[in-house]
Amino acid sequence: MSAETVIERLREALPDAGVSLRKNPGPSCQHSLLVNAASLLDVCNVLRDTLAFDLLSNVTGVDWPDAAKADAVALPAEGEGTSSAGGFLEVLYHLYSTSRREGPLVLRARTVDREKQNQIPSVVAVYRSAEFQEREIFDLYGVEFTGHPDLRRILMWDEFEDHPMRKDYVAPDDYDYEPTPHDAVLEKARAHYPAAP
Amino acid sequence: MAIDPKLEADLKSQGVHVTSFEQLINWGRSSSLWPLQFGLACCAIEMIAATMAKYDMARFGAEVFRPSPRQADLMIVAGTVTKKMAPQVVRLYNQMAEPKYVIAMGACAISGGPFKDGYNVLKGIDRFIPVDVMIPGCPPRPAALLEGLMTLRDKIAREKLIGRHRARHADPEGAAEVPVPEFGAHDLEPTANREIWNPPVVVREAGGEA
Repeated sequence: MSAETVIERLREALPDAGVSLRKNPGPSCQHSLLVNAASLLDVCNVLRDTLAFDLLSNVTGVDWPDAAKADAVALPAEGEGTSSAGGFLEVLYHLYSTSRREGPLVLRARTVDREKQNQIPSVVAVYRSAEFQEREIFDLYGVEFTGHPDLRRILMWDEFEDHPMRKDYVAPDDYDYEPTPHDAVLEKARAHYPAAP
Repeated sequence: MAIDPKLEADLKSQGVHVTSFEQLINWGRSSSLWPLQFGLACCAIEMIAATMAKYDMARFGAEVFRPSPRQADLMIVAGTVTKKMAPQVVRLYNQMAEPKYVIAMGACAISGGPFKDGYNVLKGIDRFIPVDVMIPGCPPRPAALLEGLMTLRDKIAREKLIGRHRARHADPEGAAEVPVPEFGAHDLEPTANREIWNPPVVVREAGGEA
């Protein structure tokens, strides 16, 4: 079942879901479905119960500080709109059908922006396997999954405030002794040289 | 104070063994090091291999891996120490009874290794606890761990128990505990214990080549 077929079936089942096709111009041709965050749970229910996509294999996040770049990677199909200006966070789901031996079907969902409106509904109620992976995305990207049963940091400690996988994350400037610094490390080392006597 | 080596050898040939309490105690300590049983990453696999029949760490009296820090003499920091794990490692060190020794095994435990530029990896466990022997390698072969163990045994055998140059654990003022770092908002706080960790300060020309 190709992504085009899936999108037709989804539009029959959920006319207002706002599902659109994103073409992958690369040789893999692995097209994906962009889903409105609000209708993500309905779409997942239909995919699992009607179309037999019973395995959620992978959930991951993408940080798009520049929205235009997101649509340069996954081209909108003819007649589809592009995303608005400003950055957002994107969550990707890879679904498989074990009964039909098919997959992956790639779903994308986007937050409104990267700061306050960073909510995406949690799919744990539909796919239990998303629980820890959504916690990881919450930890490293700062996507807030509404309806998640236990949304805590999973890799970093609870007191940590940053989201290390975001593009604008700056690691703590903790210079370590380098016997032979070069290139970028040399630049970093220079900033830590003691003042010349 | 030390006995004449020739006289000692002569006496030994007659079946008389002369020694000092210091040598006797150090011999006992170095011959039955009980390591703390924990591993952090792939180096732990080599550590396990070193205890198995092929390399047989029992030859050096160090095969009794203890699951409790109260019963252990030697901490083998085998693997990458993440910042989230570092306070627990320091706490385990504090819970060990004196005399206690630390081997930093592998590039990660020494300096952070290939992950040292990561936001989540501690750049060497010697930032927080005093390390006696460092074993380079990624991971070190079991034979290298045995070499490190023998180095530590030599070090213990040379330890002074009295006098000005006595070992830390023989000094009533020597610190048995080190401060445990706290989890901060961006990093560990503090990022290093400056009392025990003093990297070399390299002065270079600010604009010139390194």
